[in-house]
Amino acid sequence: MSILVYTENWDGKFKKLSFELVSYAAALAKESNTTVTALSIGNVAEDELKKLGDYGADKILNVKNEKFTETLDNRALAKAVANAVEAEDAHVAVFSHNNLGKAIAPRVAVKLDAGLVSGVVALPVSHDPCTLKKKVFTNKAFAYVEVLTDKKVITLAQNSYELVKTENKAVIEDFDPKVDESEFTTVVKETNKITGKVLLTDAEVVVSGGRGMKGPENWGMIEELAELLGGATACSRPVADEGWRPHSEHVGQTGKIIAPNVYFALGISGAIQHLGGVSSSKVIVAVNKDPEAPIFEAADYGIVGDVFKVLPQLIEAVKEMKSH
Amino acid sequence: MKILVLISNVPDTTTKIRFTGDNTAFDTSGVQWIINPWDELALTRAVELKEAGAVEKVVVANVGEKITEPTLRKALAVGADEAIRVDTEPKDSYFVAKQLAQVAKDFDIILAGIEASDYNGSAVGGMLAEILDIASVSAVSGLNIENGELSVNRDIDGGSQVLSINTPVVLIVQKGIAKEPRIPAMRGIMMARKKPLNVVPAVDAEPRTKFVKFELPPPKAACKMVDEDNAKELIRLLHEEAKVI
Ligand SMILES: Cc1cc2nc3c(=O)[nH]c(=O)nc-3n(C[C@H](O)[C@H](O)[C@H](O)COP(=O)(O)OP(=O)(O)OC[C@H]3O[C@@H](n4cnc5c(N)ncnc54)[C@H](O)[C@@H]3O)c2cc1C
Ligand SMILES: Nc1ncnc2c1ncn2[C@@H]1O[C@H](COP(=O)(O)O)[C@@H](O)[C@H]1O
Repeated sequence: MSILVYTENWDGKFKKLSFELVSYAAALAKESNTTVTALSIGNVAEDELKKLGDYGADKILNVKNEKFTETLDNRALAKAVANAVEAEDAHVAVFSHNNLGKAIAPRVAVKLDAGLVSGVVALPVSHDPCTLKKKVFTNKAFAYVEVLTDKKVITLAQNSYELVKTENKAVIEDFDPKVDESEFTTVVKETNKITGKVLLTDAEVVVSGGRGMKGPENWGMIEELAELLGGATACSRPVADEGWRPHSEHVGQTGKIIAPNVYFALGISGAIQHLGGVSSSKVIVAVNKDPEAPIFEAADYGIVGDVFKVLPQLIEAVKEMKSH
Repeated sequence: MKILVLISNVPDTTTKIRFTGDNTAFDTSGVQWIINPWDELALTRAVELKEAGAVEKVVVANVGEKITEPTLRKALAVGADEAIRVDTEPKDSYFVAKQLAQVAKDFDIILAGIEASDYNGSAVGGMLAEILDIASVSAVSGLNIENGELSVNRDIDGGSQVLSINTPVVLIVQKGIAKEPRIPAMRGIMMARKKPLNVVPAVDAEPRTKFVKFELPPPKAACKMVDEDNAKELIRLLHEEAKVI
């Protein structure tokens, strides 16, 4: 028995969410008296793999085959993970609730005859029966879900578990996932990556503008504040629809769902569909000239005022803070 | 080429979420039901492809009881040719995928949404692909068909990719697959009345998870207001009090 955690890498590196995931698996393993095996697929250097041990992995299965990470072939990846679960006799498989986790966890669950709970936000509230807390209604509520099968598959919502460092030294083993070349069916013709920018879904600070920003020409200030704080920029749906900002920045129910440490909503009314994508942020800051705007019900800090007057002051204040 | 679009029937996105029976069930009283927003975009794209002559037939399928029929009629009004309803209450993602597997076999492309806006499972599309043992692509934000060949855009962390993939395939779609959801026109609504809506019985399947209780997030503390002319104070609070910058 063990817990298997699938740790995705990005060009050979892990991210905070990988370590969150391992920390979660380690806590889960402790509660059920078992060990954690991390599965890494792709080309990751040994020093990087060892970091998984720092957060509680006991063993690391290393699949050095770049075909998986190049194609992100859902079927082949799911088979590789399921084979690892079986080889380790794992009873729980844990994924991140991100693009790749959402793509392969359901397939793995079917392969293993396991119940799947996705978007889990905490350790189980009970182990027998196994009951997990998850988000439902796009951040508007939580549900407790009982898993009725022996094997379980979990996807963990981002930013819902703290990093915990341990003294573990993980053993690294090469692993043959037993997936044939012929089982890959996805052919990637073109890849476009945004480089040198903080990714919206990873950012701890997000500065976001709505229709109240009036037009794309005013985004310089938003970008400046984001850059000063080491964060990313985002926007409401109409802003993306109008073409003021790229669609990749749209957050909300029908855009990206994010959970940064702090979310600045500038000239955003705070429609329920918008809030669905940002309400898991630790702190929400709102600037809006309308004191009745619903964003103030969701916000922790607010300024009723003209964003064109307020934003320059905020930028000034951050510069000052940083110079100290 | 035939497309099956999976349609989840969900509460309107502005619905106030409430629970009944000691918080064990979602309170459906007074709820307006809609096509899940992602499924609506998927359907729009499928209909566009049919109009462009790349697809012969668009069918929509739902697992649900009779109350979902108005939603399926709406899908027909948007432009689907046929609807299928598997007559049973959806119990969990696996149960739903098992039901859909029986009606999905003869299609080249199956479109599912990335998540249903009610229980946020993000699971049915992937599970269905695994049950049918066919390929799936997730986070799909574009679909083109030329001379019977599929070209699929998918989002990855920090970028996007263009893929080619053989049919049959399940495409799990998100924003971008269509620009705006199509609103049914009067003519579409009239025609939808005459289109077939086939009800098929459920197959045996055991759910693997069970929702036991619901909870609303704790009420938020009041928003701390800072004066417009003293915006610098806000940065101080974020730095010293909230410690987030
Ligand atoms: C099915 C569905 C899904 C949706 N999904 C999303 C989604 O994912 N994300 C999303 O964002 N929206 C979504 N929407 C749209 C949503 O309902 C709102 O229409 C949208 O969020 C409003 O964007 P906004 O706040 O930028 O614009 P508005 O609602 O127009 O708000 C602009 C705000 O700016 C303020 N303002 C104006 N000028 C100034 C100034 N000078 N200084 C300060 N404040 C100023 C105004 O007081 C106002 O509150 C969805 C809608 C539907 C029906
Ligand atoms: N009851 C259902 N009937 C038909 N399709 C469904 C049903 N539930 C979910 N789906 C499809 O699966 C997608 C993901 O739903 P879920 O896995 O429940 O979040 C939805 O966007 C629909 O396309």
